[in-house]
Amino acid sequence: MGPLLVFPDLPIEVARALKDSGRDFQTVDGASAERHLRPDEGWIAAVLSAGPSLDRVVGFAKDLRTDLPDIPVLCVVAESEVERLAGHADVFSDFCVAPLREHEFFFRLERLVRSSEDAVGDDDALIVYGPLMINPVTYQAVLDGDPLDLTYMEYELLKYFAQRPGRVCTREVLLGQVWGYEYYGGARTVDVHVRRLRAKLGEPHAGLIGTVRSVGYRFGKSQWG
Amino acid sequence: MAHVEPHVDYVLQTVSERDVGLIRMWFTDVVGQLKSFAITPAELENAFADGMGFDGSAVDGFSRTVENDLLVQPDASTFELLPWTDRHRSDRSSTEARMFCDVTELDGTPHPGDPRQVLRRHLDAAGERGLSFLVGPEMEFFYFAADHAAAGPTPLDRGSYFDLTTSDITSELRKRTIHALEIMGIPVEYSFHEDSPSQHEIDLRHTDALSMADNVMTFRLMVREIALEAGVQATFMPKPLRDVQGSGMHIHLSLFDDDHNLFADPSDPLQLSSTARSFVAGLLRHAAEITAVTNQLVNSYKRLVTGSEAPSYVTWARANRSALVRVPPTRPGREDSVRLEYRSPDPACNPYLAFSLLLAAGMRGVDEGYELPTRTDDDLSLVSDAELAARGIRPLPQSLAEALDVMESSELVREALGDHIFTWFLRNKRTEWAEYRAQVTPFELERYLQTW
Repeated sequence: MGPLLVFPDLPIEVARALKDSGRDFQTVDGASAERHLRPDEGWIAAVLSAGPSLDRVVGFAKDLRTDLPDIPVLCVVAESEVERLAGHADVFSDFCVAPLREHEFFFRLERLVRSSEDAVGDDDALIVYGPLMINPVTYQAVLDGDPLDLTYMEYELLKYFAQRPGRVCTREVLLGQVWGYEYYGGARTVDVHVRRLRAKLGEPHAGLIGTVRSVGYRFGKSQWG
Repeated sequence: MAHVEPHVDYVLQTVSERDVGLIRMWFTDVVGQLKSFAITPAELENAFADGMGFDGSAVDGFSRTVENDLLVQPDASTFELLPWTDRHRSDRSSTEARMFCDVTELDGTPHPGDPRQVLRRHLDAAGERGLSFLVGPEMEFFYFAADHAAAGPTPLDRGSYFDLTTSDITSELRKRTIHALEIMGIPVEYSFHEDSPSQHEIDLRHTDALSMADNVMTFRLMVREIALEAGVQATFMPKPLRDVQGSGMHIHLSLFDDDHNLFADPSDPLQLSSTARSFVAGLLRHAAEITAVTNQLVNSYKRLVTGSEAPSYVTWARANRSALVRVPPTRPGREDSVRLEYRSPDPACNPYLAFSLLLAAGMRGVDEGYELPTRTDDDLSLVSDAELAARGIRPLPQSLAEALDVMESSELVREALGDHIFTWFLRNKRTEWAEYRAQVTPFELERYLQTW
C-alpha cells in the first residue's frame, strides 16, 4: 500500500513524529493535486485537517470518496465543530480533536491503516452478513440457506454492499465501482437495480439495503449506531 | 470489450452451480413475437464464443431470398433463471434459464431485421448525447376461460375498476404473476382489477428502454404461462369484447441527463421544461406515422374509438384521459417524477419498435424545436367534427390500412426502423389487412342478410 494522504497539512510536530515512525506521507492542497500525485498502489489512508473550515474538508473528502470509496479517512477537527461531523458520517471513518494529542492520533491512525490493509486481503473469501452468504468463487449468493437467483449486475451490487456493511454508498460511487462502464439508465440505474435486488431478497430481508435520503444506500446497520 | 468476460463467467458458473438443464435463447421477430430455442449447458461456452446458428427463413422478418443462415448472440447480462420451470415441468428435475439474444449475420454484423438492435441503436445514439430514455408501461390484459373457442371469450369474473375480488381466481393469478415477476427482477409499481370484467392491469416500474422491452417480452410470456397452469387463457389482444374497454399499454416516458430529469422545470406552472414541450410536440406531430407500429393489429383500431378511455385524437392534456399525451400531475418538489404518458399503444405491440419510434418522434421535436400546440382539456366525444376541424384537431388513423398509408409516407419511421424492417412490416401488415378485408363479419350478416 502507498503513502498516507494528508490534506492540507499537519502541525509540524505531528508531521515530524509521522516521519520518525517510518510512515510515508504526501501532502496535497486540493483534489487536482491529489489526483495528480495519487500512487498506482493507492493511498493507505487519508488525514484531513479541518483547521478553521470544516466545509472545505468535507468538500475535499466527498471528491476523494467518489474516486476512492473505500479509503479510510481520519478527520482532525476543532472541538467546537465535532457536533457537525454527525451529518457527514458517510465521508469520514473516524476523527481526532485538535489540538492533537500525539498518542491518540497515532492510535487512531494505525487502527484505520490496519482496517484498510485487512480489507484488501483475500478476494475469494466467503462474505457473510447475518443470513446472507456470498461465495465469490462460484458467484453464488445464499440467503437463509436458499440460493438467490440474480443477474450478474445484481450479484456484483449485492457483493459490493455486503463487503461494506454499515457504509453509506452514494449513487456515483456505486456507478463508478460496480458498473464502471456503459449502461443505459444513467444514475437511475442504481435505483432500478436496488429496487430489483430488494424484490429478490424478499419482504423479510428487503430492509438489508437501506435508503439514505438524497445520498445513496447503506447495507446493514449504520456504523455510527 | 473487456467487461464481457465476467458476465460470461458468471453465467457459466451459475449454470453449473444451480444445475441448470436448459438455457433458452430468446429473441423477438419483427411483429413482436417471442422466439426461443433451447441449448444444453455443454453448448453454452460455444454459444458465447461463436453464437448459435439458426435458419432465419422460419422467422418473420429475418428471411432473405439468398442467405438464411443467421446467428443468435446471447446477451449474458440478461441471464435469469425461469421461476416457473421448476414447478410445472415434472418430467425434468432441473431448472431452466433464459438469455435475450441479438440476431446477427454469420460475420457478426447486426441483422437489420432484429428489433432489439434497432432499439439499441436509438439508445446508443441518445447515450452519446448523454441522454437516458426511461419507460414505464401499464400492461392491461384479460383472463378468459381457456375453452372458449365456441362461445367466444368468456370472462371469469364480473369485477370492475379497483374492485377487491379476493376470492376470485383471476386475482389469485395476478398475485402469483406479480410474485414471479419480482423474482425475475421485474418490479411492479401497481396492480389492480381494471374497468372491464376479467380485465387486469399490472404497471411495471420504469427502467431503461432496452431492459423494459426485454421485460415486456418476459411479462407477456409469464402472464400467459401462469394462467395456462391454472387452465386459464390470458390475452393481450387489444379489444376482445365489443362493449367494454379494450386493453391498452400506456407508456410513461422520461428523459434523464445523468441524474437530472430533462422534462422537469420547477419554475413552469406544469413543471414542464422546454425540452419536454418540444418532445410532446414531436410525439404529436408524428403520432399518426408511428401508429401502425404502436397499434399493429386489425383489432387494435377497435379499441381506439371515441367515447372510450382510449385516445382517438391527436391531443395533449393534463388530466383528460382521452388525450393522446397526458402530463400526469406530480407533487411539487418531486421533480424526478415529472414525465409524459403516451396513451394510444396496446400491449400487442412490439415493444422494441414502439419504444424506438416514441424516442425518435420525441427527439425530432426537441432537435427541430417544434412548437407545442394548445392543450385540449375538454371531452372531445361531445365536440362536433366541424369544430374539431376548426380547432385543428386531427384524428389518429382509424384502421390498420389508414395507419399503414401514413406510415409509408413517413421519412421519420423509415429512418428509425431501417429500410429492411420498414419494408417488411408494411408488406406483412398489408397482407393482414387484405385477409381481413376478405372476411364476411357477423356485423354484416346481422345487418344486411335479412334487410337486403
